[in-house]
Amino acid sequence: MNLWEFLLHHRAEVLTLTLEHLFLVGVSTGIAILIGVPLGILLTRWPSASKPILGFANVMQTVPSLALFGFLIPLNIYLFQIRLVGGIGARTAVVALVLYALLPIVRNTFTGISGVDPAIREAGKGMGMTGRQLLFQVEIPLALGVIIAGVRVATVISVGTATIAAAIDAGGLGRYIFRGLRMNDNTLILAGAVPAAVMALAADFLLGWVERVFGRGVGGWLRSWRTWITLGAIVLALAVWLALAISPAKTGDRIAVGSKDFTEQIILGELVAQAIENKTGLEVQRRFDLGGSLAHEALLAGEIDLYVEYTGTALTAILKLPPLSDPKEVYRRVKDEYAARFGLEWSEPVGFNNTFAILVRGADARRLKLKTIADAARYAPKWRAGFGQDFMSRPDGYEGFARSYGLKFSELREMDLSLTYRALVDGQVDLIAGNSTDGLIARHDLFQLEDDRRYFPPYDAVPVVRQETLKRRPELRAALQALGGLISVEEMRQLNFEVDGARRAAKDVVDEFLRKKGFDPGSAQGAKGGA
Amino acid sequence: MAEADRQAIDFRGVSFRLPNGRTLLHALDLQVGAGETLVLLGRSGCGKTTTLKLINRLLDPTGGEVVIEGKRTTDWDPIRLRRRIGYVIQEIGLFPHFTVEDNVGVVPRLEGWEGEKIRARALELLEMVGLDPERFAARYPRELSGGQRQRVGVARALAADPPILLLDEPFGALDPITRREIQAEFRSLQKRLCKTMVFVTHDVGEAFLLASRIALLKDGKVVLLGKPADFLASREPEVQAFVACLANPDSSAGAA
Repeated sequence: MNLWEFLLHHRAEVLTLTLEHLFLVGVSTGIAILIGVPLGILLTRWPSASKPILGFANVMQTVPSLALFGFLIPLNIYLFQIRLVGGIGARTAVVALVLYALLPIVRNTFTGISGVDPAIREAGKGMGMTGRQLLFQVEIPLALGVIIAGVRVATVISVGTATIAAAIDAGGLGRYIFRGLRMNDNTLILAGAVPAAVMALAADFLLGWVERVFGRGVGGWLRSWRTWITLGAIVLALAVWLALAISPAKTGDRIAVGSKDFTEQIILGELVAQAIENKTGLEVQRRFDLGGSLAHEALLAGEIDLYVEYTGTALTAILKLPPLSDPKEVYRRVKDEYAARFGLEWSEPVGFNNTFAILVRGADARRLKLKTIADAARYAPKWRAGFGQDFMSRPDGYEGFARSYGLKFSELREMDLSLTYRALVDGQVDLIAGNSTDGLIARHDLFQLEDDRRYFPPYDAVPVVRQETLKRRPELRAALQALGGLISVEEMRQLNFEVDGARRAAKDVVDEFLRKKGFDPGSAQGAKGGA
Repeated sequence: MAEADRQAIDFRGVSFRLPNGRTLLHALDLQVGAGETLVLLGRSGCGKTTTLKLINRLLDPTGGEVVIEGKRTTDWDPIRLRRRIGYVIQEIGLFPHFTVEDNVGVVPRLEGWEGEKIRARALELLEMVGLDPERFAARYPRELSGGQRQRVGVARALAADPPILLLDEPFGALDPITRREIQAEFRSLQKRLCKTMVFVTHDVGEAFLLASRIALLKDGKVVLLGKPADFLASREPEVQAFVACLANPDSSAGAA
């Protein structure tokens, strides 16, 4: 399907995502103007503060978005009854975008007002203008072109950065881009990137025009401070109204299920959600696609009630403990630590282990009668190996792997993970390290060699739940127990393939799988929910 | 003291020192009578502009006192004081984002006049300074020549009919011919208006044309204070240096 067909076919969804995107950019830029312009003016009155404040705004721009989200999600800042900062969703996305947009606005306001000719300022003073009259009648109108230029820069940057909102379930065109990257689907990436680019160009053009108009001098009505206060009040009212509109806080009895931002996680999120709907009849809110470690942050903050985590990831990446090789021991360890430290409970493992999979072509495995990695070690000197950047660099990756099995390849090639499969299939390399649940393994007749020396730490998939939620809704426990040991590695591969390879919706794939496993979708009310 | 009270502007031992310690004015004593035009003459950096800014309180004296209409400037509300004093500076002082009419109407608008009254006053003043209101009222300063801008500057200073007018090298940036024309027009305007004026210039010809009295400043001190005739008679070297320029007008036409 080419881009044009895709956009036409999904026009309703494209429109929704575009509007979401526009909304994020509009609200955040509006708020950034309300904060940034007065702040910039204040700095001209109090120049000694300009260095630290502009420095702060500068630093904010360099903070990676996922790090910023990780910092913002656990915060709980309320004004009256309205939560201003914290949680996942549009609110936090807007806060982050505001922080990114502040610098150009504050800086340009400061520069614009400082740049007003001192002779003109003195003429105003000499005419007997008060400080406020001078500001609203002379300084702001003369600096307006520069201030609008700052707003223009901030808006164009925001259109780009708003794509990251998809990482915290805040919608926008980033959804297509992230989904496309995950599925290695260029059409999908373009379906997000092209409308965003068009939006950026349109904003740039429009504000460029406004800038030229106001740079020339402004009409009488713009010289009254009342006009400016009124304009500010209108923008503020709009922002508050929108902010209220976008905070559908998690309501009492819904169970919020989260997921990380790759296909398997979305399938598992859907699986848990449907199982809960099926077994308990509770209403489930799906908050998928959370980037990086944001699912964990959101769980701690109570924004979601559960998501599926991997034991090895929890042990090393979250708890920062040294790796262990015994799956049972890892499970016990993370279960104890999570209960003690976070008030989170690890339920039954789902059944499969998503670890690194050392893969060879099925034909080679049969011909050479290979079962384990140790079996393959003696052929290695004649083989070329292809590994992803991640595997080459991580502590439980290539170096220890090669040492532990005494491997030496004739050639070692580092490339993008998704390309290693193609290279193996095409015979350009003979051994790769993939993920054990990857759908491509089944599709291309690849064989996973057994890690007989147990070098790779176990990554068993297990739902992690807030203890608080279990206390409030004890019936959840039964639903989660029903998932225990439900999915083998081969089944997970198949499910991943259905979504990534056959391009089916996760919701349908999971529904079909659960029926096959004896879940009766008719047995509970409210079983189906939109993904 | 009865004598001093009749002065519109009275400098009593006024000094002005910058925060960095440099003294710009040393114990200045000057009086300007009502309706009189005092020209402050001197080289660049001699303290002329500083003296002017002490009158409308853009600066406060660091020693002595400046008395305006019987009241120390430090006792005046600066905003009220400035609105009683018209202020003309070189053409750059016009607000570039205001039309000519709006520029002229600035002080009346600050004073809260009615819109119609402001408009009528602005048009009347444009007429007075020799600019056709029909043609010029809606233009922006950038669309005017230097001489036209200067006329607008004078009209703006006169708008609220202030009793005192301060002019800081108002014609300094004009070409010699335009300057001569506008000086002549200003001379006749001056006679009609009967305002107290303090006029800063480094052009000795201009000083002789417009002054009731001339104060020659050098290094923040008054070298000579007197009528133009006293000026010609003086043997003071700084005065003679300026008189020499009068004999050779081209040399005074230079930059500010």
